[in-house]
Parts: sequence; structure tokens; C-alpha cells
Amino acid sequence: MAAIKGRVAVLGIYAALIGILIATLYPLVWVVGTSLNPGNSLLISSMLPKNPTLAHFAALLRETDFLLWYRNTLVIAVANMLLSTLLVTVTAYAFSRFRFKGRQAGLIALLVLQMFPGFLSIMALFVLLLQTGLLNTHLGLILIYAGGSVSFGVWVMKGYFDSIPRSIEEAAIIDGAGRKELFARIMLPLSVPAITFVMLTSFIGPVMDFILPQIVLRSSEKMTLAQGLYGMVSDKTNSSFSLFAAGSVLAALPITALYMAFQKYLIHGLSAGADKG
Amino acid sequence: MKSNVTTMANRPLSRPWTAAVLSAACAGGGQLLNRQYAKGALFLSVYAIGVAFILPRLYEAIRGLITLGDEPTRIVNGALVKGDHSIFMMIDGLIALFVAAGLVWLHVLNAVDAYRQAACKSAASGGRAPGVRLAAREGRTALLLLLPAFVLVLFVSVIPMLFNILTAFTDYSSPNHIPDRSLVNWIGWGTFVRLFTEPAWYSTFTGILLWNVVWAALSTLTVFFGGLLVALMINHPKVRFKKLWRTTFILPWAFPAFIAILVFRLLFNGALGPINGLLEQIGLPAVPWLADPTMAKVTILLVHFWISMPFLMALQSGILTTIPKDLYEAAEVDGAGGRAKFSRITMPHVLLATSPILIMQFASNFNNFNLIYMLTDGGPANPAYFFAGSTDILLSWIYKMTLEQNQFNMASAVSIVMFVLIASISVLNYSRTQSFKEKD
Repeated sequence: MAAIKGRVAVLGIYAALIGILIATLYPLVWVVGTSLNPGNSLLISSMLPKNPTLAHFAALLRETDFLLWYRNTLVIAVANMLLSTLLVTVTAYAFSRFRFKGRQAGLIALLVLQMFPGFLSIMALFVLLLQTGLLNTHLGLILIYAGGSVSFGVWVMKGYFDSIPRSIEEAAIIDGAGRKELFARIMLPLSVPAITFVMLTSFIGPVMDFILPQIVLRSSEKMTLAQGLYGMVSDKTNSSFSLFAAGSVLAALPITALYMAFQKYLIHGLSAGADKG
Repeated sequence: MKSNVTTMANRPLSRPWTAAVLSAACAGGGQLLNRQYAKGALFLSVYAIGVAFILPRLYEAIRGLITLGDEPTRIVNGALVKGDHSIFMMIDGLIALFVAAGLVWLHVLNAVDAYRQAACKSAASGGRAPGVRLAAREGRTALLLLLPAFVLVLFVSVIPMLFNILTAFTDYSSPNHIPDRSLVNWIGWGTFVRLFTEPAWYSTFTGILLWNVVWAALSTLTVFFGGLLVALMINHPKVRFKKLWRTTFILPWAFPAFIAILVFRLLFNGALGPINGLLEQIGLPAVPWLADPTMAKVTILLVHFWISMPFLMALQSGILTTIPKDLYEAAEVDGAGGRAKFSRITMPHVLLATSPILIMQFASNFNNFNLIYMLTDGGPANPAYFFAGSTDILLSWIYKMTLEQNQFNMASAVSIVMFVLIASISVLNYSRTQSFKEKD
């Protein structure tokens, strides 16, 4: 009796897993199918088109600013990754290893800032950028991202630095190492996992973001992928579904590959932060 | 020669308080009194430049912050006369306040320096203790390391945040108070009073807030338990191809969310969407996925589930493997069934490990702008709401009020109320995390 009950349970699990499998893959297969399907119909009868064509990809590259959006996104993401990581590492190091007046106050200020979602200040940023001539520039966007990454990143990184025992440094000081050597030879190599986590999140953040570019970048040649692709489907009169599908495939492939390659770091970084709870 | 210098330095210079007061009255004065001529001259000249050039500008900027301008841009005899721009004046005034605070701080340091120098040199021991000097150097290095982040955060986060708060106390809104055609005025708590007393604003706010909280709670819980359930199913000892299930199910997590949302926007399209097409093929009626207010909310939850469940599944699979096997074995010896093992061992363990993440997820779902804006754009329209649709959350409402409707002051007031809400949740979160309580 128990054996039959167990077998039924296993069959149920298999059914559920297959159902989830279909629901998981359906949208993905649909995008790929639409991007290869000739014509501009949203309703395609077969997910695997009989006469696949690359025409939509060709049109996407020729008729839209897709490549430009792609390049913009990469430029912003890489620049933010470098700037944010540098800022976060240096700042977290100072908070972790130096004792100075206002240290506690600074840490608490960062915490409060983190609670205040940056984009609530939409119009303030808008006016500030307008006044400094940084509106509609990538630099303006990168500075906002980098400034926003400090509060979260510093807390993650400081926690990591704190966990590196001071005795290692003290031993190095006895061997005659200065501050710079301590940082470059000991702290940095030992913090590779935390640095990788900050680098990844500060690279992926801008790639995935929509709201800030939408505020800062106003002209088509400055746009990012998220803005460009949104424009293709938000316009009700525009029937560029196939172009959108082709663009999605091209945009999603590398990001998905990147995610899959680094998923361990991301999950680990988040759960490591949680472990301290 | 050397002994001569020492006696010079040890000779009483001046009384510390005299030096401090002199420096406070005029920077560098105390240093001159202390016979630090180069330092005194430098401080004095910087002070003179400051008084002559920076002070008048600071005064103007801070006056602008208080008045928010006297004359709007207008046409006089057919010519455009440029007037005051209240908003620019507000930002300039804010920056001026920070500059002024910095200058006051420097001035205090200068007076303190004069006091200390006089005190140290007149003290019998002479000179400073080495420990003090080392601590001062530490502080200076730390300051240098922190300066870039400090400046950036000041301009990108702090000043915008303060500007946002200030805006709530003005009448900055369309159609009558948009510079530079017209001026903006300070109106105190008026915007908040309107938000909480005018029925149309109040009902929009409470309606959206309620949906926002329900949405954040439901989206967090569905994903949490869904992820746990799937992780448990894959972990079931009799289930094969574990790696296949895991790798496939994690795909939506790796797939860029903004693209997935846009794809679902097309898939769930009422008239032309492929999902309704499929339903019709098998003889079922079309579903108003995004057109009906209630159905649209369900659709948003479904899409969110698709996007977010894989991450929770991966996380919980990891946690499940960390539960010691002997716990279960001991429970079996004691005669515990599957249900008891789940509720007494698995659940407590998973909850303990994921509770900070749960709260984090709740907070980020609370503000999930991308999902709402890109999937439904807040729609379907709700005629009872001010500038919002049925599925708008507070953040997307703020976005619309700001960038589409120019209701800047109301948007700011709502964002302040929202900040208070989020901050209370976060405080709860952080007070529970150990990482806040420092070890040293």
C-alpha cells in the first residue's frame, strides 16, 4: 500500500516537473521562433517555423539603432563596473581597517541612504544633470549608478574585509610591509569572491535597468538596450514584433551565458550576506 | 644650535584661548600669534578670498533658497526678460548650504589648531605625544580614501534626497507653478494635507498602497513557497535527472528580466496574443490577461513567479543540502513521519536561513518598477484614480506624476511617506541581522 502511494507521489512529481518545464521553456522558444518566422505576425501557428529566415536579424541590424544600443549598454555597464568596484573597495577598506572620527556615523548614513531608493529622487537628478550639462550623457548615468552602488556595496565588502583576520596583516607589518602593500598583497587577493560579486552586480545592474536610462538618456543614439527594446513593443501602432524578437535573442544570449557562468558567485554572494543573520 | 631651537619652542607663546579667539575672529590670526608665520599667512589669505568672493555668492544662493525667486520670466514690450528659476535656485541653495557647512567646519578646525598649537608649545613637555600624531595620520589617510565616495554620494544621493524632501513643501506642480514661466513658493505641509484629506488624492493613495502591500506580500510568498516546493520535488530521492531539471529551471533567472517582461507583454496580449490564440485553438474562451483589473494583477503575479522562482529554488536547494542527514535519521528512529520531518526540521531550517532574504525580497518587490511599468504600464485605466491605473504601485505612480504629469510636489510627498514605510521595514530587517552589530 505504502509502495503504491509512493509511486503515485513520484508520478505526480514528474507530472509537475514536466509542467514547469513547459511553462519555463514556452516563452523562450516562442521568442526564438518569432525571430526566425517570416512575416510580422504576433500569432505564429508553429513554434518551429517551416521556413526559418534570418531576415529579421538583418533588418534589425540595418534599420534600427540596435548595435548602437548594444554598444551603449556595454560601455555604461563596463564603466560602472570599474568605477563602482574601485570606489566600493577603497571605501570599504577605509571603513574596515581605519579608526577615525565619524566612522560609525558614516556607516549609519550609508545604511539610511540605502533605504532611500535612489530613483525616488528622479526629478532632483534630472535637474542636477540638466544644470551640470550631464543630461543625455552616459557619464551622467554612470556617475548616478556608481554613487548609488556605494551604500550597498560598501556594506557587503566591509563585512567581507572584517572577516579577514588582522593577524595576517600584523605579521606582514612585522615583515616591513606598508599600507599599500598590505592592501595590494593581502586584502585584495583574499577578497576575490567579494570583489567578483560587486563587479558582477555593478555590471548587471545597468544592463537590466530601465528607469534611470529612461530619465537620463533622451535621444535615440544614446539609448540602452532596455529602452530600445521597450520602444519596439510599447508603441501600439508599431508592429515590429519580429524585430523585437530578433533583438531579444541577440541581447539575451550573452547576458544569459554570463549569468549561467557566474551563477555560483551571485547565489553565494547573496546567501553569504544572509548567513550572517 | 639645536638646544637654542628647543628653548625657543619651549618659551611660552600665548595663551591658548587668546589664540583660538583670534583665529575664530579672523582665520590665521591665532597662528600668527603662535609665530607660525607661513601657516598664518596662508590661512589669512584663504580667509580673505573667501570673505571677498565666496561669501557674497553663498549669501545670494541661500537667499534664493529662502525666497525661491522674485520675478518669473516674462515678456516686456515684446522682448523676453529672463526671470528667476525657482528650482535652479533651490538646488544652488542646497549646494551652498553644504559649502557653507564645509567652510564653517574648516574655520572651526583653524581655531582648534591655533588653540592646540599654543597649548602644546606652552606645555612643559613640549611637542605632541607620538600616539596623537599617528592617530591624526590614520585619520587623514582614511579621509583621503573616503573623499571620492563622499563627494559622489553627496551629489548623487544626499542632495537629490534633500531636494526631494524640500519639494514636498512647495507648490511645484503643473499647471500653475512650473518655472520659469511662473515661480514656485513654499507652502509648508499643504501638500501632505491635500494627500490625506482631499478624497480623490486620498483614495488613490490608499488604493495604490493597499495593492502595493498585497502585491509585495503575495509575490514574495508565492515565489518562496513555489521555489521551496520545486526544490523539494527535485531533491526527492526517487526523482531522476536532477541536473537536467535544475539547469532548465534556472534558465528564467539567467534570462534578462526586462526582456522576459516584454515577451510576456506580447504573449498575454488580449487580441493578438499567442496564449489566447492557443486557448481558442483548444476551444476555450479568450482571457482578458491584461485588460481586466483583477486578471491583470494575477498576470503580474504569474510573470513574477516565472522570473523569480528559479533563484529561490536554487537558493533553497543549496540550503536543503546543508541540513544534516542524521537529524532526519534520528527523527525516523523516534517514529516521525514525512509531515513531521518537514514541519519540525526542514521548515525551521529553511526559514532561519532565508528570513533576511525574504525581507530583502519583500522590499525589492515593493518597488518592482520594471515589472509593473513594462508589463502593464499601470493599466488598465482606473477612472477613480488620479494619474494612475489599476495595477500601478507607488513607485510607478510617482514616476508618472513626475515625468508625465509634472505633479512634482505631490510625487515628493508620496515618496516621503513611502520612504518612512520602507525605512521602518528595513530597520526591522537590520536590527535582526548580526552584521550590523559590530564585533570590535
